[in-house]
Amino acid sequence: MRRVMTGHKAVAEAMRQIEPDVVAVYPITPQSEIAEYYADYVHDGIVHTELVPVESEHSAMSACVGAAAAGARVMTATSSQGLALLVEVLYIAAGMRLPIVMALANRALSAPINIHCDHSDAYLARDAGAFQIFCESAQEAYDYTLIAQRIAEHGKVRLPGIVNLDGFALTHTAQVVEPLEDEAAKKFVGPFQPVYPLLDVAKPVTWGPFAMPDYYFELKRAQQAAMEEVPAAFLEVQKAYALASGRRYAGFVEGYHLDDADRALVVLGSTAGTAKVAVDALRSKGEKVGLLKIWLYRPFPYHAVAAALAPVKHVAVLDRALSFGAMGALYSDVATALLRAQARPALHNYIYGLGGRDITVEQLEDVLAELGKVRPDEVLRYIGLRE
Amino acid sequence: MPSIKTLAQREEKEIRFTPGHTLCAGCAEPMVVRTVLNAIEEPVVAASPTGCLEVATSRFPGTAWNVPWIHVAFENAAAVISGVEAAYKALTKTGAVKKRIRFVVFGGDGGTYDIGLQALSGALERGHDFLYVCVNNEAYMNTGVQRSSATPACAAATTSPVGDAIPGKPQDRKDLTEIVVGHHVPYVGQAAVSHLIDLANKVERAMKFDGPKFLNVLTTCPLGWRTPRDSAIVQSKLAVETRYWPLYEVIEGKYKINYKPKQHVPVEEWLKTQGRFRHLFRDPKGKERIVEFQAAVDRHWNDLLRKEQCLSGGEADQG
Ligand SMILES: Cc1ncc(C[n+]2csc(CCOP(=O)(O)OP(=O)(O)O)c2C)c(N)n1
Ligand code: SF4
Ligand SMILES: [Mg+2]
Repeated sequence: MRRVMTGHKAVAEAMRQIEPDVVAVYPITPQSEIAEYYADYVHDGIVHTELVPVESEHSAMSACVGAAAAGARVMTATSSQGLALLVEVLYIAAGMRLPIVMALANRALSAPINIHCDHSDAYLARDAGAFQIFCESAQEAYDYTLIAQRIAEHGKVRLPGIVNLDGFALTHTAQVVEPLEDEAAKKFVGPFQPVYPLLDVAKPVTWGPFAMPDYYFELKRAQQAAMEEVPAAFLEVQKAYALASGRRYAGFVEGYHLDDADRALVVLGSTAGTAKVAVDALRSKGEKVGLLKIWLYRPFPYHAVAAALAPVKHVAVLDRALSFGAMGALYSDVATALLRAQARPALHNYIYGLGGRDITVEQLEDVLAELGKVRPDEVLRYIGLRE
Repeated sequence: MPSIKTLAQREEKEIRFTPGHTLCAGCAEPMVVRTVLNAIEEPVVAASPTGCLEVATSRFPGTAWNVPWIHVAFENAAAVISGVEAAYKALTKTGAVKKRIRFVVFGGDGGTYDIGLQALSGALERGHDFLYVCVNNEAYMNTGVQRSSATPACAAATTSPVGDAIPGKPQDRKDLTEIVVGHHVPYVGQAAVSHLIDLANKVERAMKFDGPKFLNVLTTCPLGWRTPRDSAIVQSKLAVETRYWPLYEVIEGKYKINYKPKQHVPVEEWLKTQGRFRHLFRDPKGKERIVEFQAAVDRHWNDLLRKEQCLSGGEADQG
């Protein structure tokens, strides 16, 4: 049944249907409502979940790690400074191969403190070892929460996963969402299979040992191997989700009018919606423009990105965060993807929307119009900035 | 109350902490861990923050732990055990777990008094059912004997060295046991490695309660205290006899001092046997500082006597 709900509610609904054994969470704008909705479910007795109302995000992820190692299905959510505080433990969750799914309501990092959207928090967690998915809409936030849970728990993966949804643009705006029926969602996610649970006291296991140079490297290589299993699992779970929901997400990226495009944008998250309107507007004037939206950000789908962009002549990669002292993080990934492409597009890097600065259809049209006219170089260009 | 024999018999039946570890010869930590684990009859899941105990017992691919055990980081053992316990509650509800399992943290003073204090406070306030044992050796031993907030005044540590301007640690130690008492948890106690039966009894009494339980255990470190390798027990005993480390417990808010030394042994007797305090006996100002040290010990002891008298549930003996 189609309902109008915010991104928060969409994520909270997916979590209610997944019904993890443990949710450990700490409030932070613009994520807090996810914690609040879930607290309602727990306090109303409609889920069996143990809610651990921790005293910090560091403890949220620490409790998640403890609970997951104990043998429980575990979820959490955070944003910005909360992510920064817990990132130490996120690396550990990945190193311990714990399938903890976390919604990340994307928000700028301090200083100056700012509660609005950008992707600096997601980029901070980029190398943590969690797979990351970006969502364009509340519907995607709902769908990918369910999908992420199955990828995380996939026998070949067993890694934490982050579902990114833009703060305010997605978390706080009401959109039409069509959730699955509870039964269908539960069936899709399936029962949780713990691996070496601490609570199996008959088989004592040591979790989180200390490894010297004689083993550390191999253990990290094994973790990388698990990450390399994510793309196959992602496609497999997308397919299963199409059967369960009728909504077919196919692939790591979504191309929009890319087939014959000579100019294109590359974006993450809700800006894809704005970009689609810009593309439509220019297309209606006969301009060959397109968009590449990336769902799976980590592991980065190099081949899919290369295949989608190789025929395009001019590409603007939009980063919603600075990687101080370097080109934008997404730009660097796209550039790597295109390194071996035969006919490589000219690449440009635009920084936009920091700290919640609006990004408009007109601005994106301007970027597309500019492509082909400005010389491609390793220079950051800024959208909507007063210089 | 468990006797040494009972503890030994339990260990014979099930070795929970094996000798396969790399703690220093003469280290008091394994005695504390074994005693605590043997004092609990039910199955145990344990957790430790980063520190000597963790590093020396879990070098991959080996382990000294024969109970399920988890280490995550330095500052979060109480949060980790909160999660483990929450999982236990949830999985008991669903029927996936049927046994009664007990949860124990063994954390160093650094991981408890300092970097882990927030996580500890949060876990105590939330009321998780677990026992937190602070394996208190009064400094960051694992990383080379740096000072912690459990390090006593005057003690030399590598970040409070004996310099010409500042001789040793200027500040007094923090009273973590009393901070935990302020959380109104059902059981709080102080114990010492020299009094293992007292420790085992405390564990047994503590485990009768649901909810958070805390034990601060003086756990001598010959390396960091700069005492002979075979001195761990003697050192701990002197700490108790000089009233530097009172053995007491606070059960549901009621204080009880478990041991009151008959004689007043000056704390100097304890200080003079340790390398970390050696400078006090060489420096001309050392005498003054020893007097101050003694005054602090007396003050704490007298405070404790008063608390026992006022908050004893009525049956305080005089001492
Ligand atoms: C976040 C973080 N900061 C610092 C360290 C380095 N570190 C590891 S163990 C330790 C000291 C441990 O001291 P304590 O808790 O007293 O245990 P002990 O080794 O004395 O038994 C330190 C400083 C770390 N591992 N993690
Ligand atoms: S340094 Fe001290 S606490 Fe650490 S193992 Fe050695 S004796 Fe034990
Ligand atoms: Mg210590």
